Amino acid sequence: MMLSHESAYSQKPKSNSIEINFSHYVGNEVLKLDSVIYKNALNQDFSVTKFKYYIANIVLLRKDGKPITYNSYYLIDEEKPGSKKIVLENIPIGEYVSVNFTVGVDSIDNCSGAQSGALDPVNGMFWAWNTGYIFMKLEGTSQFSSSPYAMLEYHIGGFKKPHNCIQTISLPLNKSILIANNYNKTIEIKTDVLEILKTPISINFSTLSSVTDFNNATIIADNYSDMFSILKLNDEK
Amino acid sequence: MKSKIYIVVLFTASFIILAFVSPEDPYFLISKKDVRLTIPKGFPEPSYTFKNNKITPAGFVLGRKLFYDPILSKDSTISCGSCHQQFAAFSHIDHGLAHGIGGRIGKRNVPALQNLIWNKEFMWDGGINHLEVQAIAPITHKDEMDENLDHVILKLNQRNDYRIAFYKAFKDSTVTSEKMLKSLTQFMGLMISANSKYDKYILGKASFSEEEKKGLALFRNNCASCHKEPLFSDNTFKSNGIPVNTILNDVGRKKITGIESDQYKFKVPSLRNIELTFPYMHDGRFRNLTEVLNFYRDSTKHSAYSDPLIHKLSKLSKEDMKLIHAFLLTLTDKTFVYDRRFADPNFSRKQ
Repeated sequence: MMLSHESAYSQKPKSNSIEINFSHYVGNEVLKLDSVIYKNALNQDFSVTKFKYYIANIVLLRKDGKPITYNSYYLIDEEKPGSKKIVLENIPIGEYVSVNFTVGVDSIDNCSGAQSGALDPVNGMFWAWNTGYIFMKLEGTSQFSSSPYAMLEYHIGGFKKPHNCIQTISLPLNKSILIANNYNKTIEIKTDVLEILKTPISINFSTLSSVTDFNNATIIADNYSDMFSILKLNDEK
Repeated sequence: MKSKIYIVVLFTASFIILAFVSPEDPYFLISKKDVRLTIPKGFPEPSYTFKNNKITPAGFVLGRKLFYDPILSKDSTISCGSCHQQFAAFSHIDHGLAHGIGGRIGKRNVPALQNLIWNKEFMWDGGINHLEVQAIAPITHKDEMDENLDHVILKLNQRNDYRIAFYKAFKDSTVTSEKMLKSLTQFMGLMISANSKYDKYILGKASFSEEEKKGLALFRNNCASCHKEPLFSDNTFKSNGIPVNTILNDVGRKKITGIESDQYKFKVPSLRNIELTFPYMHDGRFRNLTEVLNFYRDSTKHSAYSDPLIHKLSKLSKEDMKLIHAFLLTLTDKTFVYDRRFADPNFSRKQ
């Protein structure tokens, strides 16, 4: 269950694998930490200094309706390029039409005590005083921010109603992926930081520059439910 | 470069030699029998079962070493044991609010550590949902140890004595947060207080004075619905009616749940070893038990948030409170506060 992502990506895919690559964008631009100024939907300038999130419960949906489920947690971190690549192995032969996953940490794993791997609290994605994992962490700066040092801080988590921030993502593939023996395929997923800050609610940095507990968390979580899209498929064998 | 290597070799060698020549005080040796978990008679099934964290002498000893080592704090000045003193049932005696590094003062009173495995939620507001992750809070809180968890792990990994202790406990010398937290849990989870005069009385092994008997009867009629035997807490969150401290402005349980009706509610604390855990209440505002009992009796002092269950306490007489006081003193467990297993091994008698 707690297989760390390091062990998954350090090996060469052996057989019947799909590699999922997350590419981080801000709108149409590739995300660059610290140095680049972007604009939110309200035309407010901002930069990004940190961006990380948990991916779990990856499901590959086969054309015949059979779901292939992977139970590991992956902490995708812009600062660690290796973390943005997930390799799923031993995929049963067939045609795959959709990739689904959750953003966040399941309720049970928020209540299970000391853990290791992706869920090790040393990863900085754990709230000590109100037990639970931070599902998505976006930090940056903006001159419009009302926080000290012009900071932007969005630490989003929460597994209990009505503050549940777990999001289930479903990404249908526009063209199915065929897996036969020794096929290694790739799915490129775009993760758009701009989408965290808009739809359904456009975030105004001067009124909401910091979300670090359950207050307003679901607003951001609803926003990030549409931050993923399929960038391209590498359907070569 | 060469001289650097020599220093490292010398340094390491001296550590190894020290480790062999310093005789271990048998007082602090922990045997298999010492770490056997026994559920006291009449106690319910514990919430924490050690199912995924089997207690071993080496695991317990590592937990004890960590508990009493200031390395867990940012500037290596305070340990868990600094504010959780054994003679005070692991509370901080005569300190109203928690103290941290550099003279920092927290917002709440240091709770006693005892019978923790019967708790599902920890801290005055119940914000922590599992015993194993409890220790992360004081280690990382800026008004307590103010340390980063990853830095603690880094520091421990650099220490040979810890590499050895982790190897003994987990057959792997690499320090991880999971192993550190689990060993601390082995140590703290075994802190069981169940040998007070009250316990002996219940088991028919000691007798109560007339005062204590009357006190127990009064206690059962007036206090025990929240301070439920045998743990002397029902592990719920209540407002006992103490007026809001406007300086601290601590909203209590609401901070965790966001629920309006949880405002100013705090965990019902166990009353075991209450004689030793002064001052009292979540902010340590009452210096002694007489002040506490007088407060409960005086309904004019109760805030608008008080739980209806405390209203009946104003019917008690001063004499009743004296009897309840006498009973509360029977909850002191000297075996627990002098239990050598939980003592600080740095104070070896041979030094």
